[in-house]
Amino acid sequence: MNIFVCVKQVPDTETKITPTGDGSFIETSSIKWIMNPYDEFAVEQALLIKADNAESTVTVVRVGSTQDTEALRTAMAMGADEAFLVETTENLDSYMTAKALKGAIEKSGKTPDLILSGKQAIDSDALQVPQILAQMLDLPSVSVVVGFEKDGDKITLKREVEGGALEVYEVTGPTVVACNKGLNTPRYASLPGIMKAKKKPLTTLSLSDVGVSDGDRKLKFSNFQLPPEKPPGKKFDAMDEAAAAGVVSEVVGLLRTEAKVI
Amino acid sequence: MDFNLSPEQKEFKEHALKFVKNEIIPVAQKFDESGEYPREIFQKAWELGLINTSIPESLGGNGFNNLEACLITETLAYGCMGMNSNFMANDLALLPILIGGNEEQKKKFITPFTESFKIASFCLTEPNNGSDAAGIKTTFTDKGDHWEVNGDKMWITNAGYADLFVVYGTIDPELKHKGISCLVMEKGVEGLEIGKKEDKMGHRASDTRGLKFNKVKVPKENMLGNPGDGWLIAMKTLDHSRPLVASSAVGGAQRALDCAVEYSKERTQFGKPISAHQAIQMMIADMAIKVEASRLLVHKAACMADNKQRNTDIASYAKAFAADSCMEITTDAVQIFGGYGYSKEYPVEKLMRDAKLLQIYEGTSQIQRLVIAREVLNK
Ligand SMILES: Cc1cc2nc3c(=O)[nH]c(=O)nc-3n(C[C@H](O)[C@H](O)[C@H](O)COP(=O)(O)OP(=O)(O)OC[C@H]3O[C@@H](n4cnc5c(N)ncnc54)[C@H](O)[C@@H]3O)c2cc1C
Repeated sequence: MNIFVCVKQVPDTETKITPTGDGSFIETSSIKWIMNPYDEFAVEQALLIKADNAESTVTVVRVGSTQDTEALRTAMAMGADEAFLVETTENLDSYMTAKALKGAIEKSGKTPDLILSGKQAIDSDALQVPQILAQMLDLPSVSVVVGFEKDGDKITLKREVEGGALEVYEVTGPTVVACNKGLNTPRYASLPGIMKAKKKPLTTLSLSDVGVSDGDRKLKFSNFQLPPEKPPGKKFDAMDEAAAAGVVSEVVGLLRTEAKVI
Repeated sequence: MDFNLSPEQKEFKEHALKFVKNEIIPVAQKFDESGEYPREIFQKAWELGLINTSIPESLGGNGFNNLEACLITETLAYGCMGMNSNFMANDLALLPILIGGNEEQKKKFITPFTESFKIASFCLTEPNNGSDAAGIKTTFTDKGDHWEVNGDKMWITNAGYADLFVVYGTIDPELKHKGISCLVMEKGVEGLEIGKKEDKMGHRASDTRGLKFNKVKVPKENMLGNPGDGWLIAMKTLDHSRPLVASSAVGGAQRALDCAVEYSKERTQFGKPISAHQAIQMMIADMAIKVEASRLLVHKAACMADNKQRNTDIASYAKAFAADSCMEITTDAVQIFGGYGYSKEYPVEKLMRDAKLLQIYEGTSQIQRLVIAREVLNK
C-alpha cells in the first residue's frame, strides 16, 4: 500500500507571534517550528496501517521553506519511509498548497492508495487543503475523522459532527482522510528513530517542478494583525451571603449593559 | 569555538522535552507524594532511547557521546529530578562494566539492557563510609571457585527493583584503595538482603535502600578487571558520570527559573506584575546567569570527556557549581512564589527539596572542592 501523509510545519503553540512590518505575513525568523499537531494523528495512522500491512510505504509530503525541516524529520523519526518537500518561502494559499501537494505526490512515482492529513493547520486554520486536494485528484474525502478501521479493501471511517454525534462512512479505494484529535495516540520519535531518519531519502522539489505558479493564487494576504488585547477580567468579592446578593445583581446588570450577552 | 549544538543534538533535546512535558511533568507531583516507583515511565523512556545513554553502538546502544548523554539527562531532570535519579543510576551502574569489563562481561551484562528494559544499581556507599569511599568495609574473599561477599551498603538507588548490582568491596581493608575491587552481582542471589525503602526529604519517586551481603557467592568471572582495579574503575566512572549529575542540576535549575519567570509575570502586587519590581528582576537575572554558567561548565566537562582529555578538575567544577546553583535557584524560585511557593499546590517547593540531594550524592559539594583544591594546588 502506498500511503501518503501531508504534513505542515506550524509555529509552536508557545511562540509569540508578530506580524511583519508590511503586514503581509508574520515574522518567521524567530519561530520555533513543530509538526502541525493534527498531522501527527495522520502520521500515526499511517504507521499503524503500515504495521498491519507488510510492503506498505509511508511517504510524507510538505510544502514550505527549507529553513527548518522539523515536520518531515519528525515524521521520518516516527517511522515514515520517505519525504518530499516542495520548497517555497512564499505564504501560499490553500489552493496553491493543494496543487503543490498533488504535484509532489505525482512526482513521487507512486500511485496513492490512501492520503492522510490533519483536519486543519493550527496556524492558518483554513480547513481546506485536504478537500481541494481530493477534488484535484478526483478522490473522495472525509474530514474530522476520529475512527479508522481497515478490513481488506474496505475502510470504515468515523467522522465527528456537531453535537458530538458520529457519522460512519465506508470507503474503498484511494481516499483523502483528514484526521482529528482522538483518532489515535501519536507515538514519540525515539532517539534511535531520529538517527535513522537522517539516512532516509528527502527529495526537494521547486514550485515549478510541481506546476504551481503565481497565476494559481486565489487569495492574497495583505494585512496580518494581532487580535486586540483582551481587557482584564473583572473580579467580584462576595465573602458573605449579604455581599453575594449584591454581587449577583451587579454581575447580572453588567452582563446586560456592558457585555450585552443577556 | 562554536557553542551551538548540532541539528541532531537539538532534535534529541526537543523530542526528549516533548516526552518530559507530556509524560513526566503532569505526574511528578503525584509520584513525589506517594513515593511510588515510576516503573512505567522509566520503561517508556527506555523505549524512546532516553535511558542507558552510555552504551556504545557496538553493544547495541545508541552510541551517544557524553555531551549528548548530558543533554538528555538535563531534559529528564527538568521533568523530575527524583525520577531522573533512577534513570541516571542505570548509567552509573553500567559505566564500571563498560570501563573495566572484558568483552565477554560486556556482552553478558550490558547487551540485555539494550534488548529489554532492565534496572541496575551502583553500590559503593556504606553506612560508615560515604565521602571516604576508599575506606569501604564490604569484603570480597577468594574461595577458590568464587568470591564470597560480606558487608553492608547504604543509600543504593534502584535497589528494590534492580536486575543487576555493581558492587564495590575490598579484598583486604589494609590495602586501602589498592584493595578496592568491583564485581557484578545478579538479583535474587542467596544472601543478598534488600532493605526497606528510605523515607526521604526529596527525590521521593526514586528508590533508595540499604543492602546486606551475607556470604553471597559471586562467580569468579564477574570480577571487573583484576582484584584491586576497583578504585581506578570508580574514578574513571566518576569522570564520565559527574557531568551527568551536574547536568541533572542544570535541568532542575532551568525548571525553577522557568516556573519563576512564568509566575512573576502573572502575579500582581502593588498594581503591577511582580516581574516589574526590580528586586524580583535582580533575582531572575542571577538565576539565569547561574543556569547558563552551570550549563557551560557541564558542556565543557562533557566535551573534554568526549575528546579523551582529562576532565577531573572541570567535571568537579561543573558538579559543585551546578549543584550549589541549583540549590540557590530553587530556593529563590520559592521566594519569588512567596507563600504559594511554600505550598505543595505549586511545583517549586518540590524543586527545592529535590535540589538538596544534588549537593550530596556523587561526591558532596565539599568533596568536590577538595578535589578541585588538589587539582589547582598541584598544577
Ligand atoms: C537519595 C540518595 C541516593 C544515593 N544513591 C547512591 C547510589 O545509588 N549508590 C551509592 O553508592 N551511593 C549513593 N548515595 C550515597 C551518596 O553518594 C553519599 O551519601 C555521599 O557520598 C555522602 O556520603 P555520606 O552520606 O556518608 O556523608 P559523609 O561522608 O558522612 O559526609 C557528611 C558531611 O561531611 C562532609 N565531609 C566529609 N568528609 C569531608 C572532608 N574530608 N572534608 C570536608 N567535609 C567533609 C560532607 O561534605 C558532608 O557535608 C546516595 C545518597 C542519597 C542520599
